[in-house]
Amino acid sequence: MKKAGIIMIIGSLLLLGLFKFPLWNIMLGAPQYPEPLGMNIHLNGIEGVKEFDLQNIDGLNHYIGMKTIPKAEEMWEFAIFPKVVLGMILLGVLIGILAFAGKISYKFFLGWFLLMSVLGVLGMYDFNNWLTEYGSDLDPHAILKISNPDGSPMTYKPPLFGHQKLLNFDVTSLPHIGGYLMFVGMSLTLVAFWLGKKASLKKLTP
Amino acid sequence: MKKIFKTVTGFLAIALVFTSCNNGESKSKSALSSNAAEKVYVAPGEHDEFYAFVSGGFSGQLAVYGLPSGRLFKVIPVFSQDPEKAYGYNEETKPMLNTSHGFIPWDDSHHPDISQTAGELDGRWVFINGNNTPRIAKIDLTTFETTEIIEIPNSAGNHSSSFVTENTEYVVAGTRFSVPVPQKDMPIKEYKGNFKGALSFISVDPKDGGMSIKFQLMMPGFNYDLSHPGRGKSHGWFFFTTYNTEEANSLLEVNASQNDKDFIAAINWKKIEEYVNNGGGTKMPTNYAHNVYSDETHTATSTMIKEVLTVNPLDVPGAVYFLPTPKSPHGCDVDPTGEYIVGNGKLSANLTVHSFTKMEEAIKNKKFDGEAYGIPILKFEDVLAGSVVQPGLGPLHTEFDGKGNAYTTFFISSEVVKWKLGTWEVIDRKPTYYSVGHLMIPGGNSRKPFGKYVLAMNKITKDRYLPTGPEVTQSAQLYDITGDKMELLLDFPTIGEPHYAAGCPASLIEGNSKKLYKLEDNKHPYAATSDAATKVTRNGNEVHIQMAMIRSHFTPDNIEGVKVGDKVFFHVTNLEQDYDVPHGIAMLGANTSELLIMPGQTETFVWEPKEVGVWPFYCTDFCSALHQEMQGYVRVSPASSTIPLSWTLGEDF
Repeated sequence: MKKAGIIMIIGSLLLLGLFKFPLWNIMLGAPQYPEPLGMNIHLNGIEGVKEFDLQNIDGLNHYIGMKTIPKAEEMWEFAIFPKVVLGMILLGVLIGILAFAGKISYKFFLGWFLLMSVLGVLGMYDFNNWLTEYGSDLDPHAILKISNPDGSPMTYKPPLFGHQKLLNFDVTSLPHIGGYLMFVGMSLTLVAFWLGKKASLKKLTP
Repeated sequence: MKKIFKTVTGFLAIALVFTSCNNGESKSKSALSSNAAEKVYVAPGEHDEFYAFVSGGFSGQLAVYGLPSGRLFKVIPVFSQDPEKAYGYNEETKPMLNTSHGFIPWDDSHHPDISQTAGELDGRWVFINGNNTPRIAKIDLTTFETTEIIEIPNSAGNHSSSFVTENTEYVVAGTRFSVPVPQKDMPIKEYKGNFKGALSFISVDPKDGGMSIKFQLMMPGFNYDLSHPGRGKSHGWFFFTTYNTEEANSLLEVNASQNDKDFIAAINWKKIEEYVNNGGGTKMPTNYAHNVYSDETHTATSTMIKEVLTVNPLDVPGAVYFLPTPKSPHGCDVDPTGEYIVGNGKLSANLTVHSFTKMEEAIKNKKFDGEAYGIPILKFEDVLAGSVVQPGLGPLHTEFDGKGNAYTTFFISSEVVKWKLGTWEVIDRKPTYYSVGHLMIPGGNSRKPFGKYVLAMNKITKDRYLPTGPEVTQSAQLYDITGDKMELLLDFPTIGEPHYAAGCPASLIEGNSKKLYKLEDNKHPYAATSDAATKVTRNGNEVHIQMAMIRSHFTPDNIEGVKVGDKVFFHVTNLEQDYDVPHGIAMLGANTSELLIMPGQTETFVWEPKEVGVWPFYCTDFCSALHQEMQGYVRVSPASSTIPLSWTLGEDF
């Protein structure tokens, strides 16, 4: 059970990576951009991969009437997400310590994992909503107004995950280091749960 | 009749022989050239291995090519105005072409040389000389722009220039013509003994490359043709070829070709530097321009300097010697070890090579063969390392591959000859097409040449390309020199006269090439670094428009309140911060060139409207899908008009 507690603590602490590394990354390449433009989505805001990338993405997007990429203070998510994640880290560490001391059951690990998963899914849902709005809430005076073959106006929502072709751009959206650390951390809490369960079964059998 | 028949069949037979002969030849030729083609083929999207900076000679510019492909990337304006880039036309770069004789829109650019550290290319700057109105320019290899030009006083025909010492301590500029110093009204016939030849040592700031004339050595009135620095063991010395030691002032082709031997002047610049640092030399009143371009203000300033430090060689004993060298030597080339000094005696049957070690020995033993104007002359036999016997006609220049071989151009016999240092034997010779001047091996003027290619630069091409009327292109030819025998790979046309070149591995330069200028660093006094900062102001009859440009509009693009008789300054800032997105601007009726403005840069042109009306301006560089929409108008009212200045963008929406 001690081992499981330690792994639970480590797993939770890996989420700290989100405060240093981006959660997600979207890259935009085109014939004129052999070195693609890119944005890194951090817990507390969006940054360009290279110094002037955000400015240049906005510059290109003005042709199709997209809004500029929001500043950190323009989205409540960037204020709330860091607090939620920090809270979950503290909670996870606390559960780990208590389990290590034998005060609580391994089942709390699963509880933490399920709570984090629910929050994660909500976060993704929110992120996807933003992408949809960002890609389809277009200026009616846009320079370029392009229709789909069926006549509906074309929208420019970047993919939530994976690759998509948007006009001349190849858009790829994937987790970044912070995101991967979070996934590993969350998986470790499952490992902790499994170890805890094994240990308690052992205790029961003899 | 029979006879005629016989003759006709005879002709036919001969024709057949010739045809089949031709077929055979063209077959073998194409087999060869397919091999050569592979060696110079750089696939689309791939990069060349070397940069070649090829001077434009009488074009006054410097062209940037890739090797081995021979593709032209950029023509860097240096000494001549360039309307394509507004160099010398916009208000910011006009001061670059200022001299003590006023604004000069042209010069003759000859010998590029790349800066060095510890005797090896460092890829920071290229220096190049303007021949006609003596100047040295520096090109920054992060921006590939001319950032400094210094005029050389007391000099005339700045030809034995602009070669750098092995840590770029100095870039050296020697005079071709000797002239009265200071200039004065005197009979030309009194040249002999009265004219001087100034050799200028220009110090280079190791941090920013800033140039200033450290001293001028006032040599006897010969013609100083070319020069090269010592390196390795001969570091601290500089060698200059001389001709017209006869000091003729007319019909030089005959009168300056009489002496059996002219000289290579060996200058111990370290000794003179020490003398000068200890307060030696004579300050002389003069007047020359020093022009510096700033990447922050995007503007050049021209300063007139009124004094130069001169040194009489006789005041620094042991600093200057003459090495007798046959028949009007042209190129003066030092091998990578610094031991051999090649004097390319252009009217001599043999190529003369001096030994630095033997020179030092002769100086130590004071084995002199008289003197010229008080400067000791060493004995020819005492300093001679060896001669390449009858290698060709009209040797001009030699470079080295770093593997013990030298390559010399022969102007008259139109060929490049490969020979071995030390044994002086000729190894190979290949024709050039035609009349080759300089040749270049990347790093050839350093301790570490990159002996893969030699580039020969030809003055005459005649039938080598499609004809273009009486004036046809000059050209460069690339040879593979990795084998025992040289192999001609490629001919390519060049701008102006490809006088000389400097080559450098791309890896030393490409990573430092700037992509844009940062707007936040823009310190131009009239920059508008955001739309909010754009404005139009009047000061008497001067109107200053501080305009911004970004894909795909100008801010402002409608301007009213300008009057006939106004002097309108368009200060235009490119707000882009994206690689390779320049914008241009041109105004109907402006007596100047367009502007071509890089991201983050501000440039200015002046327009003096002469007629009332509504006059358009537009973007001249195809910048974006809506480039054709990137345009605007200026309303010009009569001089008496009271319409106030106004400026707007996009009020229709």
